[in-house]
Amino acid sequence: MADVNAKGVLTAPIFKNNPIALQILGICSALAVTTSMSVSLVMALAVIFVTAFSNLFVSLIRNHIPSSIRIIVQMTIIASLVIVVDQILKAYAYEMSKQLSVFVGLIITNCIVMGRAEGFAMTNTPGMSFLDGVGNGIGYGFVLMVVGFFRELLGAGSVFGFTILPTVQDGGWYVPNGLLLLPPSAFFIIGLMIWVIRAVNPEQVEDNEFKMKQNTKPQEAV
Amino acid sequence: MAQGNNSIKKILIVAFSLCIVCSVIVSTAAVALRPMQQLNQELDRKTNILNVARLYEPGMDVEEAFREQIVARVVELESGDYTDEFDPDTFDGFDAARDPATGRTLSGGRDIAGLSRVENYATVYLVGDEDDPEQIVVPIRGQGLWGLMRGFLAVEGDGNTIVSITYYEHSETPGLGAEVNNPRWQAQWEGKEIYDEEGNLTPAIHLTKGGASGEHEVDALSGATLTSNGVTNMLQFWLSEEGFGPYLAKFRSGTEPEDAEDTETDFEDVEGA
Repeated sequence: MADVNAKGVLTAPIFKNNPIALQILGICSALAVTTSMSVSLVMALAVIFVTAFSNLFVSLIRNHIPSSIRIIVQMTIIASLVIVVDQILKAYAYEMSKQLSVFVGLIITNCIVMGRAEGFAMTNTPGMSFLDGVGNGIGYGFVLMVVGFFRELLGAGSVFGFTILPTVQDGGWYVPNGLLLLPPSAFFIIGLMIWVIRAVNPEQVEDNEFKMKQNTKPQEAV
Repeated sequence: MAQGNNSIKKILIVAFSLCIVCSVIVSTAAVALRPMQQLNQELDRKTNILNVARLYEPGMDVEEAFREQIVARVVELESGDYTDEFDPDTFDGFDAARDPATGRTLSGGRDIAGLSRVENYATVYLVGDEDDPEQIVVPIRGQGLWGLMRGFLAVEGDGNTIVSITYYEHSETPGLGAEVNNPRWQAQWEGKEIYDEEGNLTPAIHLTKGGASGEHEVDALSGATLTSNGVTNMLQFWLSEEGFGPYLAKFRSGTEPEDAEDTETDFEDVEGA
């Protein structure tokens, strides 16, 4: 992202520079909230809101933030926004906030939010920073939705709560895969996603950090 | 970045003004949205009560249905009589348990539901006629596998036959322990009986593995042994002498619980209906 333009800032994080798939940030919440698509969607919207506005506010005061306390300043802004989101969810989407429970609060510790505030908003104009926040939030949300889709479809036989594969428990034929309702399954899906994205964009494949040496020939002990 | 940003004066000014602005935003949001949130919680609780009493239909006016069909009363658990000391609308058993005046500490073997503290009073919800209710909804709570489970149990007016059970707050494993809220599993509770013989305050109801038989057994949740144990334990606790045992005993023997004014009535002296 050498040249900063609005379209690039908004769209690059979705595939080219996806915060989860390329930077491997924010994995923990991606494991926790993706058991169903509607929960993933709300979580994605919450993260988009928080990254966008934390970037905006950090960028607005970037010329006044003393570098010695900049992390604390960013954290305070992010934490305030997260509390506001949490309160709004409790007021207007009570059922949803019960399902998301502690994970809304944990957006504070989501590395994506912090990473964009420190890495982008501190050195760019408010408008660009806002778009960058929206873009990264969408990138995060995109992965969440894909993971949520597979986990809900194969784990509970439904999409957005609508039954697609009637499960055995409800008198249908589909035996749901319980593993997909448990957090580790998100690792598999995210891993497969990274594979697909890197197969399409081979430039994302990282160089080996070290070269493996050829096997030495076994020698007989003397 | 400007050079003067790192002077101590500037750091203090930035830190201080940031704190002021953020705290104003956070407290405004909290205060402005609180009425809405309380309404939601209240509505959620009422929906759950209607649900466990099998009165809930999607899309119904919960407030109105609750007002028309359900009466809340506070019960003194030890005697099983009603009390007017607390307002049933605001009384919260969970808070009462922590208050030394209204709660007590459970020790060792008596604390089978893993509560450590329990209240001396509890709110019950009566469906239908207050003096001769069709159903009695009692709150239950206890440890599951991952954390505290809170729910309601609906019992028929005879104080013995179960209508349904529901949990409105739990953190059990999705697909396994969280199946406590699966309607198919909940439906099994209908018609089960809590106690085995008259006058006995020890509940017989429990979950069992591999096919429930008889009126005191319900199928355990497959793959969720510890959640099932938690459900059994909390029922054993809340329906025993420590919980609603004395209160339900009055319905079983046909005498109604006394109102607050008349105390010291031994219910066994009254002719059973």
